[in-house]
Amino acid sequence: MKVRVLVRPKSGILDPQGEAVRRALPALGFGGVKTVHIGRLVEMEVESPEEVEGMCRRLLANPTVEEYEWEVVG
Amino acid sequence: MRIGVTVFPGSNCDRDAMHGIERAGAVPVELWHADADLKGVDAVVVPGGFSYGDYLRPGAIARFAKVMGPLEEFANSGGPVLGVCNGFQVLTEAHLLPGALLRNSNMRFICDRVAVRVENTGTPWTSLFEPGHELTLPVAHNEGNYFADERTLAELEDEGRVVLRYLENPNGSANDIAGICSEGRNVVGLMPHPERASDPLLGSGEGLRVFESMLRFAGARA
Repeated sequence: MKVRVLVRPKSGILDPQGEAVRRALPALGFGGVKTVHIGRLVEMEVESPEEVEGMCRRLLANPTVEEYEWEVVG
Repeated sequence: MRIGVTVFPGSNCDRDAMHGIERAGAVPVELWHADADLKGVDAVVVPGGFSYGDYLRPGAIARFAKVMGPLEEFANSGGPVLGVCNGFQVLTEAHLLPGALLRNSNMRFICDRVAVRVENTGTPWTSLFEPGHELTLPVAHNEGNYFADERTLAELEDEGRVVLRYLENPNGSANDIAGICSEGRNVVGLMPHPERASDPLLGSGEGLRVFESMLRFAGARA
């Protein structure tokens, strides 16, 4: 079973990567970009999707500073 | 007195830490990441480096290495543990210290010497310093920007658990925090590298006092 996990900085947590990209975009002529947040996409093939929640909480995300969501994609 | 130094794939300050421990007058003991016990050491240093390539997040994979089981037990039963740089990151990932180390606010790897002030001399690793003592230590990190939620920060401040503070904040760290300790004071995490300033041959011996503090602490306790 294919699972897709999205991990990103919690709102309000400094995201210097996103901020650097936000500032770089206008230099390429892309105006009007108000915010950029950068996260991490994890794609896995798993046998037991009921274990994914635990994987997110214990390893894939750091709940102190990141939030996550996941879905079965096939 | 025997002080263990954990070695993960990608640790790179383990030798420096062992050298500092030896210069301070203790016996360094290498603790391999796959070891199932701490070989009876009296204290443990989790050194800097890029354990497991910093993959996923710094410290995220090292935190589940086999040696971390006994290390967590040791820390939770009051054993003195010092995490330096990547070691600090490992200890936050393992929830032995609160908060997290985020990317430096300027998005750059910082390799420098920074001035810090010792704020808490009640830990095993700072017992020989005078309160408010200022010293210069090397830093070398990409994720040294200490973050904790407001409640945790207030707790750390109220309980005097900020151990080192930057005089000039290099990385965006909350409250200029360069190091903190656990509620029991026995677990300490520092972003600056005392072991890289533990021998005048390296340019400074100021950091040696961190390891000497541990010896004095152990002596006072014995």
